[in-house]
Amino acid sequence: MDEGIELSLTIAQIIQRLRGSHLHSQIERQAKECLHQPDVKLESLKEDVRSFLKTSGWERKLQNAVYRELHIQLPPRHPPAPPEHLKEPLVYMRKAQASWEKRVLKSLNSMSTELLVPLAHMRPAAEQKELTNKWNEMGTDEPDLSRFRPVYAPKDFLEVLIGLRNPNHDSSEDISVRSHWGLIQVPLNVRDIPHLREAYSELNLTSGQMGIDDHALIHPDLFENEYVQIGKKVVMEEDSAAAQQYSRQGCPTGLRADLWALILNATNQPQDVMHYEQLKAGVIQHNLLVDNLIYKDVKLTASNDDYYFVFEDFLYQVLLCFSRDTAVLEHFKYNSATPPKSYIQGKVGDEECAVVYPPNGVIPFHGFSMYVAPLCFLYNEPSKLYNVFREMYIRYFFRLHSISSHPSGILSLCLQFERLLQTHLPQLFYHLRQIGVQPLRLAFKWMVRAFSGYLSTDQLLLLWDRILGYDSLEVVAVLAAAVFAFRAENLMEVTSLASAEAVLADLSTLKVMPLIQVFLFATAM
Amino acid sequence: MSGTPDDTKPVNFTVKAPVYLQIGDAKADTAHSGVCVVDVNLPFGKPVNIEEVTFKNYYTAYVTVRLLRRNPEQEAPAKWCTAVRDLPLMDNPHTEGGSQDYYTIHRTQMQVEPDHVVCARLILRQPSLAWLTFSLEDIKIFPHTEPDPEKEVSDWLSDLTLTDQHPDLEGLPDPQTVSSSIQQMWALTEVMQTNQTTASIGRFDVSETHSQPHLSCNECVHDGGDVITF
Repeated sequence: MDEGIELSLTIAQIIQRLRGSHLHSQIERQAKECLHQPDVKLESLKEDVRSFLKTSGWERKLQNAVYRELHIQLPPRHPPAPPEHLKEPLVYMRKAQASWEKRVLKSLNSMSTELLVPLAHMRPAAEQKELTNKWNEMGTDEPDLSRFRPVYAPKDFLEVLIGLRNPNHDSSEDISVRSHWGLIQVPLNVRDIPHLREAYSELNLTSGQMGIDDHALIHPDLFENEYVQIGKKVVMEEDSAAAQQYSRQGCPTGLRADLWALILNATNQPQDVMHYEQLKAGVIQHNLLVDNLIYKDVKLTASNDDYYFVFEDFLYQVLLCFSRDTAVLEHFKYNSATPPKSYIQGKVGDEECAVVYPPNGVIPFHGFSMYVAPLCFLYNEPSKLYNVFREMYIRYFFRLHSISSHPSGILSLCLQFERLLQTHLPQLFYHLRQIGVQPLRLAFKWMVRAFSGYLSTDQLLLLWDRILGYDSLEVVAVLAAAVFAFRAENLMEVTSLASAEAVLADLSTLKVMPLIQVFLFATAM
Repeated sequence: MSGTPDDTKPVNFTVKAPVYLQIGDAKADTAHSGVCVVDVNLPFGKPVNIEEVTFKNYYTAYVTVRLLRRNPEQEAPAKWCTAVRDLPLMDNPHTEGGSQDYYTIHRTQMQVEPDHVVCARLILRQPSLAWLTFSLEDIKIFPHTEPDPEKEVSDWLSDLTLTDQHPDLEGLPDPQTVSSSIQQMWALTEVMQTNQTTASIGRFDVSETHSQPHLSCNECVHDGGDVITF
């Protein structure tokens, strides 16, 4: 398509999305109020109002809003392209995602019928009152969750990914033997180290990094002090794009919360707080079956984790509200997944009687609460924490559990991990295959959670800085390969799956940035 | 700018079956050469001025478009010319990027003027051995329509803002009428304030036409044994 036409379409799309939003009415009100100012003259009204908006910071807020829209915008549609094509261009992947979703729904339905728990019901008044009183300490509740089991675990999803085949792919033996080493058999385009070096140039050995050059033994004047000063300026300027560029080299701990909120444009405006209160009211009024799944997941994962058990109450407050937030449904336009629908009894198939279940369309799986847990270290106000999490989910985390050909999708990450290992650590890969271990089976659980729960929290937050800074989850695959490279000597000695797992069981002592830097920039080519 | 594909209909033409070129004896050797030719015969006797060609890719890496043009004034025989040479459709012929995407080739991207075209030939190339087959689907050719003399930049700009006339307003009253009636009410209240009377004012009832959509789960779901379908 012609570039000029594409640009004007993009502009029109963004205008449509921002028109009528709260920011739009705020800017209009500001523009009206500035008319009282003496330096706004009638002759040059337009320029004066514009310069007023610029100096008062409203233009920057608008820039941030536009920048946020660009992150989640769909590519301009060719007239004949159907909306499914925008979700996922490859037909066989759409089919695989659809059949995976059917399986998950079947599991959820059978749980509902077996346990005789309705998908949703209204809480009796007494229960509502009790929940309102206990809202800040839901962790003390000990409901009987023994009958509930998670709908699926990451390893089930891995089996689906392994079984994916392109019907048009010629997979006879003499073609690309390399593809038969690994588990993923889909020929996606993934980047190798030379391309990654170009793309991640800010991580190279000559640039300072938070996570390396802020070490206690290095004098702060060499890097840290100046970097923190720049960070403070970025926060004061309130510029999303600058914050994103800044966080590529990491965020100082004291500024991280503000920087992430800027990058995600998660401003905690009164209407956001009100939206959160509405969701909270929804939680109190109705009880959903997925609530039990969330309880179970939190109890199984976050509550057992040394770093995150203190945030148990926060996790309930965020995840229960998340399940009821229909604003999340918008992201299904670019997510290959489709939200499940529930029909009024007896009217299956009638679209008017269909309702999305759960209201946000996302069925939590085992480990889902780990997406929220690290954020609790940054934000202690529930509505701000909620907004940041929701924005991170609809930009990045949804790609980790849906089948798609996107470069940040879990399928591409798995393939990239395998390819990096095969190309740069072939002896290790071969040795592991000899003893019957597939490296992806060991690394998959790390990648699906973006390493949450496996790294120590400060290291994890440094990793997520780069995810936000580069707007891509690729760095997760690179880290997985780097961990294998780091433990390669030990792994070459093991002779069984159990001992390989033992070598890779504890990642809590790892420092992620040196690993990534060495793997990307110091690997012999 | 001339008419968009939304307004114009594609030209009716017949597409011959794609011919996959073979190396060597067709029966003995089934090795694919990775080249395929698709002939598009436009309606006989009606040469077309092409505006754009749209199609859906299916694992073709490069496409070359050749056109048979017959100049109506001169009596010279029709001549073949290359409009687009080796346009890449896939970034990497071995991997999935772009393999099933929709493409448009506009007349401005063509090296020659695609006017008075009698026949088009699409030469598809897929050098990678990774794929079993490759082709183009859903090929459409849109004719060039002469632009209206009045259509100018201002029309293009109004197309930009046209998008805001389609907000989703099902079941809700028209915002223009609501705002004008609110204005009337406001003027009325101003009048009432200035002329205070003791007569009672009737209440303005707002009917509840819309309920919260996202918490209607309880109305739709019975206790026990509900089926979620997809």
